[in-house]
Amino acid sequence: MLIIPCPHCGPRPELEFRYGGQAHIARPVDPSPLTDQEWASFLYSRDNERGIHAERWRHIHGCARFFNVVRDTTTDQILASYKTGEARPEGV
Amino acid sequence: MLSDIVETTPIDANGVRLETLPAFGRLNFRGRGAAVSAMGEAFGLALPQEACRAAISGSRAALWLGPDEWLLLLMLPSDTDAVIAAAATSLAGQPHSLVDISERQYALGLSGRQAATVLAGGNPLDFDLRAFPVGMCTRTVMGKAELAIWRTEPDRFHIEVWRSFAPYIRGFLREHMREFGA
Repeated sequence: MLIIPCPHCGPRPELEFRYGGQAHIARPVDPSPLTDQEWASFLYSRDNERGIHAERWRHIHGCARFFNVVRDTTTDQILASYKTGEARPEGV
Repeated sequence: MLSDIVETTPIDANGVRLETLPAFGRLNFRGRGAAVSAMGEAFGLALPQEACRAAISGSRAALWLGPDEWLLLLMLPSDTDAVIAAAATSLAGQPHSLVDISERQYALGLSGRQAATVLAGGNPLDFDLRAFPVGMCTRTVMGKAELAIWRTEPDRFHIEVWRSFAPYIRGFLREHMREFGA
């Protein structure tokens, strides 16, 4: 089982968490002038990274907060964990 | 009556006992900043700021559930309405949420020197006193159901269970107590 570091509660077992997809995808402030292609890209295009990936997790069965994790998708090693709204740490 | 809905008779085993605790008043509070201290004033107990810690004063306890979420327990359920009224005054004009959840869940007590071992049967947290000290509380899972666990004494846990999950969690704990002769 993965041990995921929640920025609020500390290291906790994986089964307390739900995966929330790729992190740092901002919804366009004004969607109406976007082309269909741009809107579809916001909705559906994701990096599908093989390697270092910034993603959202939710500590649903704990403090229930969303937060961000930088994880290596090939090794499952977690390199950083930080609160929602904070920038991705430099160097990871 | 609670006993009409769920089984409430205690289960005894060698070194561990599972019992249904008396009725509590329960409030779920969510808020930030000044609202947190205002809620503490209305409740008569400062809400703990440290993650996964509970504070007790007299017949009341405040359990940290999240960075802006607390479970407030009243051992005298009849006090609940007075706390809600006091909060309406002290929190006036401040964004917050205060919900009476007294009937949503009920409390189980698991006690005895094998209590931590029984909990570990369905939850991967470390229940050693160094990792899960007295006064620590957290939401987590037992088997497939969510619950909140609060260590009130080295060998005593207060467990908050949603009513619909209660038969499952009781059965799950009973199953692990069979190891000790339940």
